[in-house]
Amino acid sequence: MRHIVSILLENEAGALSRVAGLFSARGYNIESLTVAPTEDASLSRMTIVTRGSDEVLEQITKQLNKLVDVVKVVDLSESAHVERELMLIKVRASGKDRDEMKRMADIFRGRIVDVTESIYVIELTGSSSKLDSFIAALDSSLIVETVRTGVSGIGRGDRILKV
Amino acid sequence: MMISGAEIVIRCLQEEKVEYVFGYPGGSVLHIYDAFFKQEQVQHILVRHEQAAVHAADAYSRSSKKVGVALVTSGPGVTNTVTGIATAYMDSVPMVVITGQVPTAYIGQDAFQECDTVGITRPCVKHNFLVKDVKDLAITLKKAFHIAATGRPGPVVVDIPKDITAQMCEFEYPKTIQMRSYNPVVKGHLGQIRKAVQLLQDAKRPILYTGGGIILSNAAEKLTQLAHRLGFPVTNTLMGLGGFPATDRQFVGMLGMHGTYEANMAMQYADVIIAIGARFDDRVIGNPEHFGEQPRKIVHIDVDPSSISKRVRVDVPIVGNIPEVLDEMLRLTEADFKVQPAVAEWWKQIEEWRGRQCLNYRQGERIMPQFVVEKLYEVTGGNAFVTSDVGQHQMFAAQYYKFDQPRRWINSGGLGTMGVGLPYAMGVLFANPGAQVACVTGEGSIQMCIQELSTARQFNLPIKIINLNNGYLGMVRQWQEMFYNNRYSESYVTSLPDFVKLAEAYGHVGIRIEKPEDVVPALEKAFTEHKDDLVFMDFIIDPTANVFPMVAAGKGLTEMILAEDL
Ligand SMILES: Cc1ncc(C[n+]2csc(CCOP(=O)(O)OP(=O)(O)O)c2C)c(N)n1
Repeated sequence: MRHIVSILLENEAGALSRVAGLFSARGYNIESLTVAPTEDASLSRMTIVTRGSDEVLEQITKQLNKLVDVVKVVDLSESAHVERELMLIKVRASGKDRDEMKRMADIFRGRIVDVTESIYVIELTGSSSKLDSFIAALDSSLIVETVRTGVSGIGRGDRILKV
Repeated sequence: MMISGAEIVIRCLQEEKVEYVFGYPGGSVLHIYDAFFKQEQVQHILVRHEQAAVHAADAYSRSSKKVGVALVTSGPGVTNTVTGIATAYMDSVPMVVITGQVPTAYIGQDAFQECDTVGITRPCVKHNFLVKDVKDLAITLKKAFHIAATGRPGPVVVDIPKDITAQMCEFEYPKTIQMRSYNPVVKGHLGQIRKAVQLLQDAKRPILYTGGGIILSNAAEKLTQLAHRLGFPVTNTLMGLGGFPATDRQFVGMLGMHGTYEANMAMQYADVIIAIGARFDDRVIGNPEHFGEQPRKIVHIDVDPSSISKRVRVDVPIVGNIPEVLDEMLRLTEADFKVQPAVAEWWKQIEEWRGRQCLNYRQGERIMPQFVVEKLYEVTGGNAFVTSDVGQHQMFAAQYYKFDQPRRWINSGGLGTMGVGLPYAMGVLFANPGAQVACVTGEGSIQMCIQELSTARQFNLPIKIINLNNGYLGMVRQWQEMFYNNRYSESYVTSLPDFVKLAEAYGHVGIRIEKPEDVVPALEKAFTEHKDDLVFMDFIIDPTANVFPMVAAGKGLTEMILAEDL
């Protein structure tokens, strides 16, 4: 099962490596990890996408809570939430491919943010699976480079993760 | 008044009422050592290897209710402590380790004696800090002591760059500390405790299975009170020995890989297990699938939620401070509480198992290790602090020395670190001056920290070393005999020193004992005539002696090999 774990932690040097170290030491997998300070600069918010049974997730949550720098942990995927990931993808866009690329970007609501004679950089935001579908929809020989941020997530409505 | 960072360190230690710091000096901590020199309240104990400093601080803590403190220099000083820190971490021992670091401006430049202390120790500490501003020094040390001793205890490392110890700052030690990210649970959930008490009432084949958490939380008396009220059998883990009196009829012995027949059988076939401060680890329950085959209900009380349902699914989890949870259970069982009549039947069954007398052995021509430990128990009246190293001798000590009090049995259970025995005995003596302290060890283990005989000389520590010398890395040899068809690969220790002469060379007393009839006289001599000396007793024992019962790795808890089977 895929889970999205949201963590509020002290914005201290080394806090990230404590979390990353915990995952590697205990053999939990990390599909993606994003982190940045919150509106309160003394706190960071981290989103980790992981896979595991309910038992494994229970352990992950407990172990994370044990870290002294961790303030709060929730499994977002337990209930309604919004998840987004950003991708920048550099594609070949020359000749007949140029129009086709533009059209594909439009269909997926991407934006072309850099243009040269033969290259587009397309910015695309959405769920991870939407980004996956976009990549799948393109002719792979035209993809030059991709970079993805990993998932960020937030609970819907009044599900709030705050101190 | 402005004082230096080094003086702040000392003042913090004084505020924490630290009596002893175990350590070893070096470049990056010279300011701190200079500050030590100028005061008398906190005494520094100079060891001969940083590993021993940490082990000694660890045992100081284990054998008292205080936080042990160690101090070492940067680089190799730190790397030498890692074994000691990991050992304390695995057994949840509260400890503060202060490490020197290269000056702030040099960090990351591969400076002389630089290492990434926070990085290296991160996986084996409860928490660690790098102090980057002298203004944070006092509060960081306050946090370190607070974190080490509360919740599930553990070691905390505070890394202090040299320039910080030279800078000047106002000193104020915070009285209390609030951390939004660290608030260990204290009170158990009352509803859960009620459910647990209901199970105690319904149980027909109950067992109290208790571990190191009882000792760490000082809950031995409350456990004993509850156990007596319930009349249920009690088993301890290796770490829990002394948490319930071993001489009590209700005690069925240690359980696990080298547990008693009755303890392992009772654990497997119980219909209700009340686990307190224990963690169902692999050395305790054997193969988890085999263990899981029996239908039963499990109550698990622990201060650390991550210990609950980690290896075994639990029915009634109770997260909380053990003494407070036990208080609540005692309150709820005060009136109108009756256990099932069937418990009497269960005791009959247990007595039958006990009748197998699984710890019997034959004392023949050569000295048996079990015999030495039994006699040690008699000669010390069961009142000694016993430290051990790791191997067969450790198991013999655990099986044959009956601990009636907590914090008397000091060993490395979780990490299984050879070499702890002698420095542990030192730490125990600093925490308990005048106490009888025996270090039960083997000729392999003792050589891993043998240099501490010099520290013991310097501080006149009258440790009684019981070297169960079988000429083998005995526990390794036992596995090779049983599972590798007698291929004794690298388990024979040749070129042993003459331990008697070695002890004498360090200024101690050495005695070699080769005949069974000399065992008691030697022990008596050591504990009376040589009461104030360190005595190294080199017992030349039967090299073929093995530890039984034994649950082989991967086997089920009841699939024990007994001495009588062979
Ligand atoms: C530091 C360390 N290295 C290796 C081991 C593996 N080990 C466990 S028991 C043992 C043999 C111990 O021999 P000895 O101290 O002579 O005790 P005996 O088993 O003979 O009583 C070894 C090598 C260990 N536990 N710790």
